[in-house]
Amino acid sequence: MTASLLEVDQQRVHFTLPGDGLIWPGKKTLKAVDGISFTLKPGETLGVVGESGCGKSTLARGILGLVPVTSGSIKLNGVELTELSRRDMREQRRTMQVVFQDPLASLNPRMTVGEIIAEPLKVYNPEMSSKDLKQQVVSMMDRVGLLPNLINRYPHEFSGGQCQRIGIARALILKPKLLICDEPVSALDVSIQAQIINLLMELQQEFGLAMVFIAHDLSVVKHISHRVMVMYLGKVVEMATREELYKNPKHPYTRALIDSIPLPDPELERNKKINTLDGDLPSPLAPPSGCAFRTRCPKAHDRCKEAAPDLEVFENNHSVACWDPN
Amino acid sequence: MSAGNAATLESVSQQQEIKGRSLWDDAFYRLLKNKAAMVSVVILSILMILVIFAPLFSPFAFDEVDWDLISSAPDMASGHIFGTDSNGRDMFVRTLYGGRMSLMVGVLATLVSLIIGISYGATAGYIGGRTDAIMMRIVDILYAMPFMFFVILLMVFFGRNIYLIFIAIGAINWLDMARIVRGQTLSLKGKEFVEAALANGVSTPRIIFRHIVPNLLGIVVVYVTLTIPQVILVESFLSFLGLGVQEPNTSWGALVSLGAQNMENAPWVLLFPGVFLAVTLFCFNFIGDGLRDALDPKDR
Amino acid sequence: MSILEVNDLSVKFSVRDGEVAAVNKVSFELEKGEILGVVGESGSGKSQLVLSMLGLLASNGETSGSVKFDGQELIGMKPSALNQIRGDRVSMIFQDPMTCLNGYLSIAKQMTEVLTLHKGMDYKTALARSTEMLDAVKIPDAKNRIMRYPHEFSGGMRQRVMIAMSLLCKPDLLIADEPTTALDVTVQAQIIELLNDLKDDFGMSIIMITHDLGVIAGISDNVLVMYASRAVEYAPVHGLFESPNHPYTKALLRSIPRLDNTAHEDLYAIPGNPPNLLHLPEGCAFAERCDHQKEKCLEDRPLLRSVSEGRQKACHLDELP
Repeated sequence: MTASLLEVDQQRVHFTLPGDGLIWPGKKTLKAVDGISFTLKPGETLGVVGESGCGKSTLARGILGLVPVTSGSIKLNGVELTELSRRDMREQRRTMQVVFQDPLASLNPRMTVGEIIAEPLKVYNPEMSSKDLKQQVVSMMDRVGLLPNLINRYPHEFSGGQCQRIGIARALILKPKLLICDEPVSALDVSIQAQIINLLMELQQEFGLAMVFIAHDLSVVKHISHRVMVMYLGKVVEMATREELYKNPKHPYTRALIDSIPLPDPELERNKKINTLDGDLPSPLAPPSGCAFRTRCPKAHDRCKEAAPDLEVFENNHSVACWDPN
Repeated sequence: MSAGNAATLESVSQQQEIKGRSLWDDAFYRLLKNKAAMVSVVILSILMILVIFAPLFSPFAFDEVDWDLISSAPDMASGHIFGTDSNGRDMFVRTLYGGRMSLMVGVLATLVSLIIGISYGATAGYIGGRTDAIMMRIVDILYAMPFMFFVILLMVFFGRNIYLIFIAIGAINWLDMARIVRGQTLSLKGKEFVEAALANGVSTPRIIFRHIVPNLLGIVVVYVTLTIPQVILVESFLSFLGLGVQEPNTSWGALVSLGAQNMENAPWVLLFPGVFLAVTLFCFNFIGDGLRDALDPKDR
Repeated sequence: MSILEVNDLSVKFSVRDGEVAAVNKVSFELEKGEILGVVGESGSGKSQLVLSMLGLLASNGETSGSVKFDGQELIGMKPSALNQIRGDRVSMIFQDPMTCLNGYLSIAKQMTEVLTLHKGMDYKTALARSTEMLDAVKIPDAKNRIMRYPHEFSGGMRQRVMIAMSLLCKPDLLIADEPTTALDVTVQAQIIELLNDLKDDFGMSIIMITHDLGVIAGISDNVLVMYASRAVEYAPVHGLFESPNHPYTKALLRSIPRLDNTAHEDLYAIPGNPPNLLHLPEGCAFAERCDHQKEKCLEDRPLLRSVSEGRQKACHLDELP
């Protein structure tokens, strides 16, 4: 068995917000990520799925050290990240990189493509000659499918898909071991989505990357992930290998997520039994008692109100947090 | 039209590198199309050239007294095309000399406030938290000082000195700049490209000066073009009160002040510096408005 | 009888580098009670198409062609007359409901205003009717909720409020511009279900603009596929998904990640990027990305032509291999 590259154990990210009181507002705690654990092997992809507000982006930011982690441990290559000094953390950042959701917003509008891609290199190899720098940038641009003669162009001159390629080139120029993709294709058109997903899969093979791939719907994750984790209000509700999860979803929320993706086939789409969830995601500031999903769950009963179910492991390494799994 | 641009990029020949069109280029193009702003730029350029070079070619020095022609009206024959003042000095040269002083105060004091304001504001905004709170409270305290009192105090202690005016004006003006820059920085800080830089291990000073400041410059440039006329006015006001430049040196404000005293019998002494001052202020304001529209096309 | 007839509708925008042809000679008809899906990628002109019909283009846009709504020509109509039609007989919902709702006014105030303005109702009846409409879009506790402000609603609820507002005057035509794009999948499913129900209750026609073929499959009767400012295929929904006639439609269908097949093969990706609308190619705009490209495609632009009963396509190929 290969050793894990990333080990996340009981990660919690809580934010303190001012409360409602007028004169003495007090404090409210927003549990954006509430005790999430997983491991990731080199070359493996973990898909993280959940609706907006479920904490999936905060989970990623916590791993990257962009938001302070309240408690828990994050180990990268055996190094505990939560206890590192700023300087040591900077050193670790070489091995983990990130691709953001909004391709244009994640690129500095005042810098040329060449400068953007070269920046991480400059930070870690300040003595590198500008010729070497440019050569590396050009070969990386070529690798992600950008014409190298566009090196002096500015981000706003590119389409969304190309901007995402620039973002990927920047993330990969340091040859990281871990790539965290925060909804990298949500803002792209369907035909371009497929291009980017395929590109990421190719690059994963080539660089032996481990990836955390975040998305808000299960269809996108299906092609790229080895394992899939479904989140609801800061907690894992289900985690399994891709084959297992899509074939045999055990949690009613996963079931509902799968059902609500419209199928591009009028026969199937119109005849599928409608199992839409009622209502919206509850406020993470005031989560329901017991199981957080019970307010929208078609199968909720008294027990769900009283206590939250723990993540329980079934056969095939399929873990579910539900009192009454399928 | 970014999708469109992208496709042209693809079809362009593969060999040579293509020069990109930065946001500045786009803004510059929009500015070129703004007639009021362009006319102002031309007028202001002519004015600057006049102010800097014309006195060199004038037959009169700025402090030279023509005893025969005291308070004489503008007259081609005598060579005093703007007339002379009550001391018999040539108004043309004095107006241009005053312009030198006024513009210099305007530009230099603004530059001082610009450098302090940007560094201070961007640092406070980017670091945030307690540092931000302390830095901004200092600004608040400085704000609370009455400006005129501050200037008069300086004059009393150190004597009248032109450099003191730079310092006094610059020391007050950077406060506005710092506040504006801090506000902008706070909104830029949340942008994904800053997060991306952080995730890439880019150091704090580099993030501030490479990622935050260039994106602030748009609003700063606009603010600068609106600050220069403001500073010129403040200097004029100080000179009008007699706290500004010292004779025989002069500025537009000092000239207007003198002119106002003899308005009835020698209106030209007031008229020419007044017109120059007004035109300059107009031009700067038009350019500022033009720049604002050019840099932020969405707001129109 | 058709409620909407669009003929050779074109939209041009003048920009720094010339003229952008955002919509190019698009024609279609819409029957009473029909749902037309308009699909296309960003920049294909699908939004500009409907905005131009209602005279809502940005100031540098120019519309030509003809749009007949219930026999009335909308293009070139006086703004005041157009205003009468907009909101009363035709209404629109957008991707982001927050941009259309005024954050400083209560929902009740905003909804009753529409009725007092267009229908001359008094406040009390207007309020009763608004509440009824919120009930119709399944907002729980509508009576109390109506007094709230937009920011007190969640994204999905806001979109419901928008839909309720657009239905207040019982419009003949509802235009929905990507109404579910900003929503989560579970909420999207709720909204689509709602629109399907409402269509039957109100008997209106709907133009549904989206980039999601899954949404189209679930809701529309006919589909108009747009690519680079032109209509490339028009077909009844079942026909389109069973046997797409245009290579673009076919490629688009293939590139959607699907949940219903169990194989985990690679995704099909359409190569390249959409063309620049400033310099559209002489021939077929899709030719460069097309698997079946022929010499003719590069020189000669295919026009939209009938291929079988109720189906049209703009492609030189007769049969897709």
